[in-house]
Amino acid sequence: MFYREAGDFKTTYKADQAIFPIALDRWFVVTVVLVFLVVVPLLASNYMLESILTPVLILSIAAIGLNILTGYAGQLSLGTGGFMATGAYMAYKISTAFPGLNIVFVLIAAGLCAALVGIAFGVPSLRIKGFYLAVTTLAAQFFLLWLFTRVPWFVNNSISGVPTAPPRKVFGFLVSSADSDPIDRYLFVFIITVVLALVAKNLARSRIGRMWMAIRDMDIAAEIIGIRPLTSKLTAFAISSFYCGIAGALWSFAYINTVEPTAFDINRSFEILFMVIIGGLGSILGSFLGAAFIFLFPILLNVMPGWFGLEISVTLVTQVELMVFGGMMIFFLIVEPHGLARLWSIGKEKLRLWPFPH
Amino acid sequence: MKKFVTSALAATLVAGSVLATPVMAAGTQNIPLLVYRTGPYAANGIAIFAGMIDYFKLVNNRDGGINGVKIKYTECETGYKTDRGVECYDRTKDEYGSIYSPVSTGITYAIIDKATHDKIPVFSMGYGRTSAADGRVFPYIFNFPSTYWSQATAIIRYIAKDLGGMDKLKGKNFAFIYLDHPYGKEPIPFLDIMAKKFGFTYDKYPVPTTSMTEQKSIWLQIRRTKPDYAIMWGWGAMNPTAIKEAASIHFPMDHFIGNWWSGSEVDVKAAGMLAKGYKSAAMHGTGKNYPVYTDLKKYVYDTKQADNLASAGDVLYNRGLVNSAYVVEAIRTAMKKFGNKPMTGEQIRWGMENLDVTAARIKELGMTGLTPPVKVSCANHEGNNPGIFVQQWDGTKWHMIGDFIPAMSDIVRPIVEQEAAKYAKEKGITPRSCS
Repeated sequence: MFYREAGDFKTTYKADQAIFPIALDRWFVVTVVLVFLVVVPLLASNYMLESILTPVLILSIAAIGLNILTGYAGQLSLGTGGFMATGAYMAYKISTAFPGLNIVFVLIAAGLCAALVGIAFGVPSLRIKGFYLAVTTLAAQFFLLWLFTRVPWFVNNSISGVPTAPPRKVFGFLVSSADSDPIDRYLFVFIITVVLALVAKNLARSRIGRMWMAIRDMDIAAEIIGIRPLTSKLTAFAISSFYCGIAGALWSFAYINTVEPTAFDINRSFEILFMVIIGGLGSILGSFLGAAFIFLFPILLNVMPGWFGLEISVTLVTQVELMVFGGMMIFFLIVEPHGLARLWSIGKEKLRLWPFPH
Repeated sequence: MKKFVTSALAATLVAGSVLATPVMAAGTQNIPLLVYRTGPYAANGIAIFAGMIDYFKLVNNRDGGINGVKIKYTECETGYKTDRGVECYDRTKDEYGSIYSPVSTGITYAIIDKATHDKIPVFSMGYGRTSAADGRVFPYIFNFPSTYWSQATAIIRYIAKDLGGMDKLKGKNFAFIYLDHPYGKEPIPFLDIMAKKFGFTYDKYPVPTTSMTEQKSIWLQIRRTKPDYAIMWGWGAMNPTAIKEAASIHFPMDHFIGNWWSGSEVDVKAAGMLAKGYKSAAMHGTGKNYPVYTDLKKYVYDTKQADNLASAGDVLYNRGLVNSAYVVEAIRTAMKKFGNKPMTGEQIRWGMENLDVTAARIKELGMTGLTPPVKVSCANHEGNNPGIFVQQWDGTKWHMIGDFIPAMSDIVRPIVEQEAAKYAKEKGITPRSCS
């Protein structure tokens, strides 16, 4: 009744090929973005901004990155943590070597470094497929972390090996290090996320995205119709690692304030893979849904008892959190193997017919 | 793009929960505890936080709080994960942000800047960032009674004593088994410096955090190289595994020395009699043989309020007690200046910096032998008395052996200052003056 396409005519090809062809969708997305850009920073507490929204946005970037590689191009990867670490360490290195360089360029440069590393570790994908590829990307995860913790050059010879992210400004607003205002940090991360998500969405709809999907669905057939596996697989690795690298740099600079190897260990790789699977493979929206679900749900379960005024010991709450969370993941995978994004589109389908389903 | 809906929902839920936490009656000293009672380090965490909590309960039940101000604590479970620790810090800091003791090097590193910015002191008792001992650069971070670097030098001094003199170190070979984590790697620069200075060599054996219980290959190698001493910087499940493996290759246990995070009951109990002779550094006494335990029994255990009675008297439980005792004494010190009311983070910081726990005061606390005296100053946040005790496992209990071993502060302090200066330069901080 409220959600319908009737009367929504497309008169140009441009209108027909827009990201959100339905006007209602378009307005909805624009409203949501504006709410998060203007209303949320005004209303939300610092805890919400810096401990909830900022990390979710950063993890969404990483999930988009992995989704490009695994969801669109069909290359299973367990090296996400390693690529994020590359971004974080290189951002630290570049930022301390050129203190005057704007943080935006630092992020791009760090992302490019991660992309190069991604290409290097993507080369085996030309020969190896499926689970075997997962193992070679696992090697990337372990090798990269080993490299950053072993070679003191990456941390400017800091004895502890855990350097602190330097304070950096964008248009006069401090966006990294603990002294920055959570609002500035949140907005900085939010704008980067929106830009990167838009780029990813458009990439996925473009020639490159279609190349990836062709390779994913059947690589031999794709090769026969003239798609080069070399370029398509390696671009997927490069772009995916670029996103992960930026996410890693932001994680260190705008969230935990230190460049710490344990933040990018193998568990992080799995966590992001779960985000992509739960959210929906091959869906940008799914990356956001998955990141929000995997990151927020445990915290929500943890604070919920206090919210109802229940006095339960933290240990019990945490055990319950682990159990419920595990159960929910299995539940979602059984009910909707295609992820939360698919649930969303089913919901939209239903809404379209409501209240007169045929 | 529409993830915003879900996150908005979750956001409102979480926000609601924050608002809904009951508002404290004015007049309690709120203290946050970032605990870990789940995950791979739970066995250690349960004992430490039980000690911390029981001491707070003791102060509340026996003295009616600190100078009449009741302690109210809150717990937030981190699972020893850095990002959950940061989240817990943010969640608790508005209402409970008085002083943090995360008992995790990773979380300490992550909140150093945040806490400094929020003007909340962090008390990392014998762990965390070593260079924070320079109070001119790190006004809010305290790591007395001793840092990892001091501890490493004290362990070497102990080995030299065991061998019969500093000159006997020459030509000796040690094995250094450590958790492959910023924590485990902290002492390496000092082992390097001392190796050069005293002429010994050492081999490094990192144990990855992901496979702490797989050390067969490491110990086979140690069996081949036959080092004179083995030094361990371990934590969690790594410790019992290493001790069992050492016993299985018949490594002389009295030549195997752990640091003070590798010397608790949970580490040796699994090996039991096999671990007999194993030594470790300690920053405080072990067992229950201290007057403070009489009070604990009367006011906490007998009223069935003990957090985890099974761990009472354990090394880590005592560490929790000592940690809380220092915190309470710091608050008391602050109250002397600011009055008997709940102290803010900044006031407690002043209390920490002017903390002087004398032997007489320790006696009043019923902790003689449990903890050595310590005096903190503006410039030196490591305290005036860094060093270690050495304890030995007899198969059923830990025993203190020998005297207090002072650290080689003459080597440690210059490097602390150098590292702190580097940090200050990178962050653009002008070190405050302490004179």
